[in-house]
Amino acid sequence: MQRLKEQIIKQLKLEGTKPESIGDHDPLFVEGLGLDSIDALELIVLLQQEYKIKLNNAEQGQEVFRSVSTMADFIMERQAKQV
Amino acid sequence: MSSEGQLNITKSVIIRNNSIYVDGNIIYEYFKNDNFLNDSYESLDNNYPKFYKMDVLGKLGMLATHLLLKDSDIENHLPSDVGIVLSNSNSSLDADIRYFDSVKSFPSPALFVYTLPNIVTGEISIRYKLKGENAFFISQQFDADWLHFYISHLFQNNKINACIGGWIESIDSDHDVCLFLTERKERKNGINFTPENLNNIYGLGVDVSNIKH
Repeated sequence: MQRLKEQIIKQLKLEGTKPESIGDHDPLFVEGLGLDSIDALELIVLLQQEYKIKLNNAEQGQEVFRSVSTMADFIMERQAKQV
Repeated sequence: MSSEGQLNITKSVIIRNNSIYVDGNIIYEYFKNDNFLNDSYESLDNNYPKFYKMDVLGKLGMLATHLLLKDSDIENHLPSDVGIVLSNSNSSLDADIRYFDSVKSFPSPALFVYTLPNIVTGEISIRYKLKGENAFFISQQFDADWLHFYISHLFQNNKINACIGGWIESIDSDHDVCLFLTERKERKNGINFTPENLNNIYGLGVDVSNIKH
């Protein structure tokens, strides 16, 4: 989870944000980190670049990008399928 | 007095050669050579986290507008009464090149959204909740006559009561910014809104209070 938070901070250029300040279950959009639609696209890029994972459809993103915890679950689930 | 004569330049900001001037007075000098924009922002503003995500034009626009509107009463104008008219010669070339470089590995959405020069007018509008007329013109060099003509036209047609205008250029980390605030009302140290005074501000970065009316 820590590594994923660091990757999110780097990808989204969240200067001044520390990984430990992001709660595992904090909402990523609107509240919490207050991300926007361009950030959502950057998170898709992060998944593809770092984990070789593609989202199947846009609706899936709403669930996957709910929090760092849901992102981590999604990554582990897809990686398990790839093995 | 003509309606044109009632317009006044009430504040100006110059960013050039790693230095920042407000009304011709130097307020910030940077002697390192690594991160002028982020460091100057952290010294002078530092209240808008989205700053770090912006391209160079966006950052320059944010920084200059913050200084231009600081201590002003711009909020007394209706959001729809404040216009933004900017210009430069290289359009969004800096962002275009960065985006093109990213395409070689993985196209960056965050870079792509800045591949238009007028994005900076949108960023300024969002931060300061401005909804007036806005435009971004491309010209070979700072064109005081055109900026004066276009901004005056907006005022004369009662489209706006205040305007953030000027020049925002950056190429190869060489920044050249001249923003000025034009208003109907007179203010202390304000000068007449004329092409000559715009050229004086752009060319010299002099204190507007020292320019003869």
